[in-house]
Amino acid sequence: MTAEITNTTMNILNQVLNGDVRAAAKLIRGIEDDIPEATAAMGEIYLHSGRAHIVGITGAPGAGKSTLLGCLIGEFRKRSKKVGVVAIDPTSQLSGGALLGDRIRMQKYCTDKDVFIRSLASRGWKGGLSRAAINTVHVMDAMGKDIIFVETIGAGQAEVDISHVADTSLVVLVPGMGDDIQMMKAGIMEVADIFVINKADREGADGLRISLETMLDGSPRQHEISHHSGINDVSPETPPDPGAHRPDEWRPSILLTEAINNKGIRELADEIERHREFLTSSGKLAERRRERAKLELTMAVETTLRSHLQKTDECYLDTLIDDLVQRKTDLNTAALKVIKLPTEL
Amino acid sequence: MTPERKVRILIAKPGLDGHDRGVKIVARGYRDAGFEVIYTGVHQTPEQIADAAIQESVDLVGLSCLSGAHLHLFSEVARLLKEQGAGDVTIIGGGIIPREDIPRLKEAGIKEVFLPGTTLEEIVNWTKENVSPK
Ligand SMILES: Nc1nc2c(ncn2[C@@H]2O[C@H](COP(=O)(O)OP(=O)(O)OP(=O)(O)O)[C@@H](O)[C@H]2O)c(=O)[nH]1
Ligand SMILES: [Mg+2]
Repeated sequence: MTAEITNTTMNILNQVLNGDVRAAAKLIRGIEDDIPEATAAMGEIYLHSGRAHIVGITGAPGAGKSTLLGCLIGEFRKRSKKVGVVAIDPTSQLSGGALLGDRIRMQKYCTDKDVFIRSLASRGWKGGLSRAAINTVHVMDAMGKDIIFVETIGAGQAEVDISHVADTSLVVLVPGMGDDIQMMKAGIMEVADIFVINKADREGADGLRISLETMLDGSPRQHEISHHSGINDVSPETPPDPGAHRPDEWRPSILLTEAINNKGIRELADEIERHREFLTSSGKLAERRRERAKLELTMAVETTLRSHLQKTDECYLDTLIDDLVQRKTDLNTAALKVIKLPTEL
Repeated sequence: MTPERKVRILIAKPGLDGHDRGVKIVARGYRDAGFEVIYTGVHQTPEQIADAAIQESVDLVGLSCLSGAHLHLFSEVARLLKEQGAGDVTIIGGGIIPREDIPRLKEAGIKEVFLPGTTLEEIVNWTKENVSPK
């Protein structure tokens, strides 16, 4: 079924493509709240996205992610890049409300017309990435943002986390928080492209760097292994040589920063750009984007099926349920019947 | 089962005073009442507040001012929001505000003013009655 492109959709699309912040923000709100017009417009927006460099930034609560982002916005603005930020904080399970405080650390850039910062509550996605969050990235992308940062807490545990969607994944650690044990648990080693040891003004930053390097020598990146059949030609006996590895392999880098003193930011920005260049030249960018599209397709199918179920005629469902209770039919047959049933849109 | 829409609120402190205890209590109170609250911190200019409100597509902006500059600062936020086509955003204010300033604030587009002594419950209830997702 091809949705007709309505005037509303065309208007929203044109405004967003022209970089209209108010229209884009309203659209994002509509997607969060599942408004049909927003969903329709999103379909068109998607076709105009796919250019921006998407950078995920995760790490324990209070590691300094937002403060770092504040610095990075400034640095990338100096490099004439248009910047988008999506900052996700958890929804309180008790009240369903949320207190979104990441923005405080970035407010300095709020009036810059080429910076767009949007806070999102996780709304039941438990630290993972909601469809609304991914779509917010697409909207900023279509607006013409060159680089889009996505801040979330925790990596590796959620079903869909930012590392599955980002081109470049930053993991922020701080000295002296038992990080080494925790990140092994959280599977952070596998997702990071760049480790940032923030609060390097504190004691223990060098120690953390050394233990990270030791771990990296022993564990190649999981992403690369599972999606690369040619990995076996690296024989396990070959000693790791950080100075001379294959051009299509990325060894996660480790950088020290002091976000509150704006220190180490230029180097971090350089490294983020270097990773993007690596992705392009090695062909890995295309690989990651295929992975992302596949993930999004899976999410879209789930959403579509769920809404199909919601629209299915209740009387028809009741009959099916009766049949199930009386064991006249089985679950699989019943499910297939529901899926094949046309519903009016 | 469509997900319920959430009211989004921006809480900000314009101007020079840095006393944020009160606004933080209000921000947490709103969260605990089921609202999505964006807190932007102290020392905000009216421009920053208006731009943040637009980027965050909020339904309500809550302003607090203890320094005495409320007339100018609150009115300026209201003006900027209108100017940018966001006149439908509800604005409320609180802080140390003389009763006689209330009519002028309302004229400038501040929908309600909460004076010292107002309870959190009163603010939350007012919001539930007067603000809905746009
Ligand atoms: N000593 C020191 N403190 C820092 C540094 N960077 C950030 N902080 C402080 O760490 C605290 C938390 O910073 P945020 O940027 O809010 O951390 P976050 O990771 O975004 O926190 P959540 O979003 O709550 O998970 C703040 O008080 C910062 O001032 C740093 O380089 N050194
Ligand atoms: Mg943060």
